[in-house]
Amino acid sequence: MVNSMWVAAIAGGVLIGLASGGLMLLTGRIAGISGMFHRVIEGQRDTWRIDFLAGLVVAGFVMVIAFPAASSTIAITPKHLGSMALAGLLVGYGTRMANGCTSGHGVCGLARFSTRSLAAVVTFLLSGVVVTFALRAIGGAS
Amino acid sequence: MRARLYAFAMGLLFAVGLVVSGMTNPDNIKGFLDLFGQWRPQLLGVLGAAVIVTSALYAFARRKPASLPARSLHWPEATQMDRPLIVGSILFGAGWALSGYCPGPALVNLGALHMDALVFVAAMWGGSWLNRKTGGT
Repeated sequence: MVNSMWVAAIAGGVLIGLASGGLMLLTGRIAGISGMFHRVIEGQRDTWRIDFLAGLVVAGFVMVIAFPAASSTIAITPKHLGSMALAGLLVGYGTRMANGCTSGHGVCGLARFSTRSLAAVVTFLLSGVVVTFALRAIGGAS
Repeated sequence: MRARLYAFAMGLLFAVGLVVSGMTNPDNIKGFLDLFGQWRPQLLGVLGAAVIVTSALYAFARRKPASLPARSLHWPEATQMDRPLIVGSILFGAGWALSGYCPGPALVNLGALHMDALVFVAAMWGGSWLNRKTGGT
C-alpha cells in the first residue's frame, strides 16, 4: 500500500514534468496554472492559456465519465463549503500577489533553479504546515 | 492551430499526472502538510519527479531552441524577493492547507463536477479580482 502510493506519486510526477517541460518545448511557455487563470479572467486573449486550462477541466470531466467510481465521496456540508470559499479567496488573492503557485513556482520555478521561486515554495510550505497545525489545535480541521 | 492543440494536450497530460499522483485528492495534500500528525510524504515524490523531468526538458530547450516547435521561449524575468512574493505565498499556503486545493487540482475537480471545487474556483476568481482592485500587492 505504502509502496504503491510512492509508485503512483513518482509516475504522476513524471507525467506532470512531461507536461510542464513539454509546454515549453511545444509553445515556449511556463506551465504556471495560477498565472494562466488570472490572465484569462482578466481577459487576455492569448489562446494558449485558455487551451491549457481547458485541457485540465476537460480531463477532469472525461475521467469522471470514464471512472464514475472515482467521483467525490466528500460530504458537502455548509461548513465545508464555507471553508472552501475562504480557501479559494486566499488562494486567488495570494497566488496573484506572489505571481505563482505550486505549478509555476513549485514545479517550473524549481526546475529552472529560480531562487525567487524557491523562496515562494519554502514560504507556502511553511505557511501550509503552520496553518494545518493551527487548525488541528483549534479542532477546526474539516 | 497546432500550438493550440499542443497547449490543450499538455493541459490534459498535466491533469492525468495530478490524478495518477493522487494530488486531486485534497486528503493527500492535507496529509502532506500535517507534518506533526499522520504525515503523508508522497507529495515530495510528486514534486521531485516533476521538477527533475521538467528541468531536463528545460535544459534541452535552452540547448536546442532552434529545433523546437516553439517559435520563441518565454522565460520569466523576475528575480526579486520582495514582500508581495512572501505575503502572497503565506496567504496561498493558508488557503492550500484549509482546502487541500491549489489551482491545478481545483480546475481538474471542477471538470469532474465536484461541488467543493466549484465553490473554490469561484472564490479564487473573487480573490484574484480583489487583489487586482487593491493594486496587486
